[in-house]
Amino acid sequence: MAITEENPGYKWVGTRPIRPDGLEKVTGKARFGADLALPGMLHGKVVRSPHAHAEIVSIDTSAAEAMPGVKAVITGADFPDLAANGAHAGDIDVATNTIARDKVLYEGHVVAAVAAITREQAEAAAKAVEITYEVLPHVLTVDEAMADGAPLLHDGMITKGVDPAPEDPSNIASKILHERGDLDQGFGEADSVVEREFTTKPVHQGYIEPHAAVADANSDGRANLWCSSQGHFQMRAYTATVLGVSPGNIKVTAAEIGGGFGGKTVIYLEPLAVRLSQRAGRPVKLVMDRDEVFRATGPTSGTRIKVKMGATKDGKMTAAEVWMAYEAGAYAGSPVGAAGMTAIACYDIPNFVVEGYDVVCNKPRVAAYRAPGAPMAAFAVESVVDELARNLEIDPIDIRLANAAVEGTQASYGPKFPRIGFVETLEAIKDHPNYSEELGPNQGRGVSAGFWFNAGMMSSATVHINENGTATVVTGSPDIGGSRQSMALMAAEELGIPYESIKPVVADTETVGFNDVTGGSRVTLATGAAVVDACRLVVEDLRSRAAKTWDVELDQVEWVEGQAQHIDGAQPPLSLGDLAKKSGRTGGPISANASLNSRGVGAGFSTQLCDVEVDPETGVTRVIRYLTAQDAGRAISPDYVEGQMQGGVVQGIGWALNEEYIHDTDGVMENPSFLDYRIPVASDLPMIDCSIVEVPNPAHPYGVRGVGEVGIVPPMAAVGNAINDAVDVRMTELPMSPIKVLEAITDQSD
Amino acid sequence: MARVHFSAGLRELTGGQAEVDVEGSTVRRIVAELDEMFPGIGERLSEASSVAIDGEIFTDAELEPVEENAEVHFLDIFQGG
Amino acid sequence: MSRTHISAVINGDETEFLTEDGTSLLNALRDEVGLTGAKEGCGTGDCGSCSVLIDDRVTCACLVFAPEADGATIVTVEGLATSGELHPLQQCFLEGAALQCGICTPGFLMAAKALLDRNPDPTETEIRYALAGNLCRCTGYDKIIRAVQEAAREIREK
Repeated sequence: MAITEENPGYKWVGTRPIRPDGLEKVTGKARFGADLALPGMLHGKVVRSPHAHAEIVSIDTSAAEAMPGVKAVITGADFPDLAANGAHAGDIDVATNTIARDKVLYEGHVVAAVAAITREQAEAAAKAVEITYEVLPHVLTVDEAMADGAPLLHDGMITKGVDPAPEDPSNIASKILHERGDLDQGFGEADSVVEREFTTKPVHQGYIEPHAAVADANSDGRANLWCSSQGHFQMRAYTATVLGVSPGNIKVTAAEIGGGFGGKTVIYLEPLAVRLSQRAGRPVKLVMDRDEVFRATGPTSGTRIKVKMGATKDGKMTAAEVWMAYEAGAYAGSPVGAAGMTAIACYDIPNFVVEGYDVVCNKPRVAAYRAPGAPMAAFAVESVVDELARNLEIDPIDIRLANAAVEGTQASYGPKFPRIGFVETLEAIKDHPNYSEELGPNQGRGVSAGFWFNAGMMSSATVHINENGTATVVTGSPDIGGSRQSMALMAAEELGIPYESIKPVVADTETVGFNDVTGGSRVTLATGAAVVDACRLVVEDLRSRAAKTWDVELDQVEWVEGQAQHIDGAQPPLSLGDLAKKSGRTGGPISANASLNSRGVGAGFSTQLCDVEVDPETGVTRVIRYLTAQDAGRAISPDYVEGQMQGGVVQGIGWALNEEYIHDTDGVMENPSFLDYRIPVASDLPMIDCSIVEVPNPAHPYGVRGVGEVGIVPPMAAVGNAINDAVDVRMTELPMSPIKVLEAITDQSD
Repeated sequence: MARVHFSAGLRELTGGQAEVDVEGSTVRRIVAELDEMFPGIGERLSEASSVAIDGEIFTDAELEPVEENAEVHFLDIFQGG
Repeated sequence: MSRTHISAVINGDETEFLTEDGTSLLNALRDEVGLTGAKEGCGTGDCGSCSVLIDDRVTCACLVFAPEADGATIVTVEGLATSGELHPLQQCFLEGAALQCGICTPGFLMAAKALLDRNPDPTETEIRYALAGNLCRCTGYDKIIRAVQEAAREIREK
């Protein structure tokens, strides 16, 4: 581990105890989304469009309603028409993506839903809903969607960000632009200029747990909802919006969540389950099958990206020109904005233009996926940087060091960087033995780097001291990868009591203050800061009770290792247990809340080193060695920091080599299963070596930056650059599947 | 006075101006001031909900204090995963 | 519809339940027997989250019809710990942080148990291939492989 600042002697932060929720998860007790059953509960089934683009001419539910066991059938007509109510465009999109009104925009778009006594009855009734469609021409890629005369998904879509605004609608929702300096001058100064065009396919987050929701609605308009999501407050807000009710009427309890990676920050089933439950007067459970998960949730954008970059012979980058178009799926909102801000953010380049387009097409609406937007742009840019380094005969780490963003660099997206750790990640790779490991025939080594902002946003926490001096730490951030542990470690450090004395809890929407989603790498940073704030309020209260007990001034009392101590030792110390036992006599229960809109977000950087072996006969690429170095700021929970780093890398390796959405010419997905959409398995991979870099974020009490996302940014170019090193072909299309690599090798030898 | 920088995407609303000095002790006051200079920009800026003040990025930072001589950037919305 | 009466030994207990012929063992375990430790990630035998031992063979419960389990001996993740003591695999998964979200963990534990039962000293490659039918999207497998190696060591040393 490369630690660039001294560890200030924490007792708990940075240790590796067993996670608080671990036992339930290795014994099968943990309750995930589909594990809840209520008395009298019905099973629901969703009816989905078989067409990529069609008008809904009519829906006849009478046959379905008459089937055995059927208790409710709903369609778009059972929901308020937000468009007619003048709602915000974003809310209308959420509502019509949840259940279509007049038109379906992708294969898998929800048209109706049923609830029946058994699963089999619900499935039979779903098939009996009669829908008449008028099929419309569709567009599947950015090229098709941006072509002149392309069929339009939304008649009123006028491209935003263009001056003057276009008169005619198109499938381009918006344009983004970042520019600085003078491109011509920059390219004129360059000794080498590389220009390449890249394409990437939509890929799915691939969480193993399908979406699931159980709703129990009461006749007074209130409802209880249990669901697996990255943010139950967000689910409450979306559900209330789609149903047209007050969020206060819906209580959402977070089930354990079986992976999300961004894909469970949005709603699909929840409003349908509530409405079915209202109609049936009984609890309703909706669970997607894997086929539905692929066809109708996620994915992230397919893209086309052009990159031109120039550098001088000593490796100084002089100019960058980036053009990109990102598929949004059926509704505006691809992550092209973040792509534009992150594409060249690792480097200090004086002249650049970054231009991007958010393009709708007849595929499922894209959802956030780990550093949304950044990985595809990084694939393109980091491949070109690799080629520049080769042309100029410069070491791939050295060319990045020569241009690396540091504290004070004016980031390509605007502001100056505060203290960041990009250089340290580059050095960690260069200093690692993997960097000089010898390579065999058909083996190659690739370097790539990535940047992600990380997020802050809103969090709340409550800390209760129990009567024996243990503590309950309550937050509203679903624990998706071990965050209960980081909450408990920070609370132990603050309160000065053992980690095992702290019980971290993820509470429902009525038991703790508002928390934004578990996303944006924000929970350890922001919810952690709320926990720290609440603990500090508790400690303040404890000191005050000790001062009163001793009849001294507050400033005579310090809190040291879980006990109140008199600064002169004039009184025997009072432990947390002592104070808790007598809390009734000293002012009542000991408890504190903290809520915040997080400050001091710390940017994350990752540099990665990939060794591959390519079989020139088959084009199969095998990753044989992998190293990732990432600036965590401070690793509160190193086990789970490494887990995030390794998991991000492996998702990236899947994106690089295997994963893609394949649609037929009718716009029907051809590979909606884990058999045909192949995510990496254990036998595909080597161990993933980790180097946690710690350049503390000066704005966080423990120096946390957030670690969840940036790890997925570099892998695709790291793999591609390694393939290039191995067999001298530059891959510009993802996935770099055997057939494409073989073609590239064959073309090159022709 | 704080110095406000506009991304290329916002310059369509500022007549091409890349930066401007603005009086205002909070983000809200700065946005109000900018809206007087460049009518319509206020709505756009409150949609683009992130703002960086001296390099520190905030979401929904309406009441965040802005120091004299601070460097302020309004950023496009982005979502985390 | 008539339902079939099934008797099986599940986690050491003689268990009887009724099921329809077309119901998967996974749904029967979860809905009729009340054991929700085995998870459905795909329903097509591709993800391994529903791995259970049927007569000592690791099997995707979603690919077995419930009536086929009549007379079988079945072990699910709920039956892995004995008299309150965790199996070494469970303990090593905890100590080695071999889970993040935990949805795939029951399946990995059962597949790993099947491996160690027949091969107490597997190589890394053997572990990787034995677990290749189990998908994990969170961990990148690194810590899972290490936890299985550690558990194998502990079991051998006992």
